[in-house]
Amino acid sequence: MFLQVKDVCRTFGGVRALDGVSLTVVKGEVHGLIGPNGAGKTTLINVLSGIKGPSSGEVLFDDRPVQELPAHKLAAMGIARTFQNIRLFPAMTCLENVLAGQHLVAARPYFPRFFCLPSSRRSERENHRQALECLARVGLEARADFSAKALSYGERRRLEIARALASRPRLLLLDEPVAGMRKQGVEQVGNLVESLAKEGMTVLLIEHNMSFVMGLCSKITVLNFGRTLITGNPEEVSGHPEVIAAYLGAGENHA
Amino acid sequence: MEALQQFLAVYGSLINFLGINSLLALSLYLTLAAGQLSLGSAAFAGIGGYTAGVLTMKLGVPYLPALAAGAVLAGLVGLIIGLPVLRLKGVFLAIATLAFGEVVRIAVLNIDITGGAEGLVGIPNITTTWGIYLSLAIAGYAIAKLRRSRIGWCFESIREDETAASAMGINTTYYKTLSFVLGAVLAGFTGGLYAHLNYIITPREFGFTVAVDLLIYNIVGGIRVWYGPVLGAVLLTSLPEILRAIGITAGPIRMAVNGLILLLVILFLPNGLVSIFQRRGGRKQNTRMDAAPEEA
Repeated sequence: MFLQVKDVCRTFGGVRALDGVSLTVVKGEVHGLIGPNGAGKTTLINVLSGIKGPSSGEVLFDDRPVQELPAHKLAAMGIARTFQNIRLFPAMTCLENVLAGQHLVAARPYFPRFFCLPSSRRSERENHRQALECLARVGLEARADFSAKALSYGERRRLEIARALASRPRLLLLDEPVAGMRKQGVEQVGNLVESLAKEGMTVLLIEHNMSFVMGLCSKITVLNFGRTLITGNPEEVSGHPEVIAAYLGAGENHA
Repeated sequence: MEALQQFLAVYGSLINFLGINSLLALSLYLTLAAGQLSLGSAAFAGIGGYTAGVLTMKLGVPYLPALAAGAVLAGLVGLIIGLPVLRLKGVFLAIATLAFGEVVRIAVLNIDITGGAEGLVGIPNITTTWGIYLSLAIAGYAIAKLRRSRIGWCFESIREDETAASAMGINTTYYKTLSFVLGAVLAGFTGGLYAHLNYIITPREFGFTVAVDLLIYNIVGGIRVWYGPVLGAVLLTSLPEILRAIGITAGPIRMAVNGLILLLVILFLPNGLVSIFQRRGGRKQNTRMDAAPEEA
């Protein structure tokens, strides 16, 4: 199994943000994670990327238990992510953001640089080339030398994806990649995710834009109040009475 | 030739101090570069200075090994202090390192071998001006080359956003500690240089005001590039002499002018004086930003 989440709980004080979530993500699939606000979607992504460990439960990545690992070790295993509230490096240019994202794949040893060896210049050029490639994938190659602060909202989201791609991850976690974007931007990101999946990358994404999720994901998991409501293909999920109830707000007292 | 000799006789110690303060400012820069606000550099310089001074004076250890020992000991203390303390962030970290500085100062005051409040007297006068400036050149070059290396990228990423840095695979604890230890090593080494400059060192010379001065050098100069702290140190260290040259006696007014400069820099040049040199690049970026079409 590529990624398996087993009965994961995460509490914040008395709040059970995740209350026994289980799901399985298959390699090479685009897996959607939906649910009403406060359902625990972002918390799950935080658990999977090691930003916040689970209170209990098990996460298996490549059949290895990884729930205890810190974020940087999970990243080294091939898990990259973006953030709902975009976390770029504002003082850097777009290109520099992506170059920084190459941490896991670019060696950049200090002493060859100290002695100005040609090898360090060569590898720096290669890193630049790859960073520009990542920018081109998200359609930001023309913005390479812009300050990350100077980008529009949608461009920032795409730059964050480019930075995540720079580490050549195997599992990409996207937390609302098209939130607040206009139609054209949504399409652009949709095409990007599709092409990534074609190359064999696995994507787990949170999104409230239903047409985006339904059109892109081969499997969807619905969370509600920290629990898994259902996992299934888009048709199964969109027709499921509990999902409709969760979204339209029919609470327990009505159901 | 005679004019030069006269100049050196009058300003020799100032020139030495410019170098020493630049080195100390750079030692703090190493830690600030990873976004860690430390007020411990002066104490690390004290540890290095006292260690090297005691070694050459009382144990007859040669000069360079003594400097190295001071640097290593400061680095070790930095490691021991850094591991727990770097769990704190921002102003809490500053307070913890400030407390550490006071601990070191009071320890030095009360240990016999350091000479207590009277200071360590009779340290051989070995450090030369060129020795200081050679050290500054090497340290400056080594720090300049950090940029764009693995360590430099990690420091910069952590400074910009620690959570994002950890999510892209950076072991933030390791690199934060590294920045702290590297700063301590350079501060310890510089302390050793300083101890062998003046025959005597006292605990006060490594106290709170020095720690704050070092921070001010960095803020005034700017921490976006390595020469910012040097610029700040040179400007503010030579300020009393400049003031004297234009007819204002140093003294209490020096602090006021320091404060004014700090205030003006924070208000108008938040990235420090170095941003004056980078203005052109910055403006270019701005116009391009204006030209950037809104996402359709």
